[in-house]
Amino acid sequence: MRTTIAGLRGAALVAVGGLCLALTLGAYRVSHAQAAGSAASAAAALDTGATSWTAPQGIVVPALGVDTLLDKRAAAVSSRLRCPVCQGESIQDSPAELSSQMRTLVREQLVAGRTDAQIYEYFVQKYGQWILLEPKAEGINLLVYWLPVFFLVAGAAGIWIVVKKWTRPQLSSQHNAEIVNDSLTE
Amino acid sequence: MNWKRAFYTTAAIGAPFIALLAFGMTRDPRSIPSPLPGRPAPVFDRAVFAPGADSLLRLTVGDTVRLAAHRGQVVVVNFWASWCLACRDEHLDLSQVASQFAGKGVKFYGLLYNDQEENGTRWIADMGGQAYPALSDPGARTAIDYGLYGVPETFVIDQRGVVAHKYIGPVRADSMSRLLDSLLTATPTPADTPVRRALPTPGATP
Repeated sequence: MRTTIAGLRGAALVAVGGLCLALTLGAYRVSHAQAAGSAASAAAALDTGATSWTAPQGIVVPALGVDTLLDKRAAAVSSRLRCPVCQGESIQDSPAELSSQMRTLVREQLVAGRTDAQIYEYFVQKYGQWILLEPKAEGINLLVYWLPVFFLVAGAAGIWIVVKKWTRPQLSSQHNAEIVNDSLTE
Repeated sequence: MNWKRAFYTTAAIGAPFIALLAFGMTRDPRSIPSPLPGRPAPVFDRAVFAPGADSLLRLTVGDTVRLAAHRGQVVVVNFWASWCLACRDEHLDLSQVASQFAGKGVKFYGLLYNDQEENGTRWIADMGGQAYPALSDPGARTAIDYGLYGVPETFVIDQRGVVAHKYIGPVRADSMSRLLDSLLTATPTPADTPVRRALPTPGATP
């Protein structure tokens, strides 16, 4: 009987492991399908040339410090875009020339009336979702958001089980001897 | 200790992670997957600062190259800089292939990335010339439009104006020749369907 229960527990654990693996692979496939779908719809929606950014004629981008509201918005957007030539740095924090040019582009697009989402989308079209420091909560990215929660719950459950086991009242050896004696005399 | 149980627990928890880490090992953390191949190439209007040596590719300094005017032609766009060591490795290969395919209507352009035009002109002279024209890219606008993160990077654009391939790092002549041959021999699809059907929209009716 004990062997059967142990076997069932083992099987359950393997099933959980398999489920985790299936979820991981499933999320990966979904993310690929979404990427392909979004690429197709974006490509269909955009005529050649629409993917390029050209500043509208006569646009004047205020220098840093002139328009504090624009500076704040530009800094907020730039803080969420990854510097392509650095390691884990935003274009806002990076001193690289390319980052500086990208910051200028962000300011220009904001002045031209583009929304934050449109600016992110522009950069995603060029560099993929890699450019976003905070990945979108979709596809395989969901693992980033949900795995910590899963581990928190699993860890708490594990600690609870162990603590419960430790604090379970132990039968004394005298009591055990009595049980053995009783069974022998029967 | 129940070793069997311990084994199953470790396997159940460890296996998905080992699988995930193994998958991670197949990826280069420094490479940035480009979404451009298979999609319309970002257009550009850029001025020529070095004319190019091949008579079929030569342009006048100051001329403007418009990608939009190249529909129906295969175009190779190479991003380079005089400070880029790897660009030296590919320079001869690119120039050779450019001359080889000039008569077949393939256009080659070199876009200078974050560099001074004088440095670029001097570099071309030091390297013994360049078959195709070099264009300036002020503010790296075209480079950003193409999702550039280093040089050299080379984009091959097909007759429909769609990015057919992206090379990261130095280009080799044989690889580029094979690609251009395959693009030239492939039957171009009509201009009203510029995007490959290899990217279906989920749920869309065919």
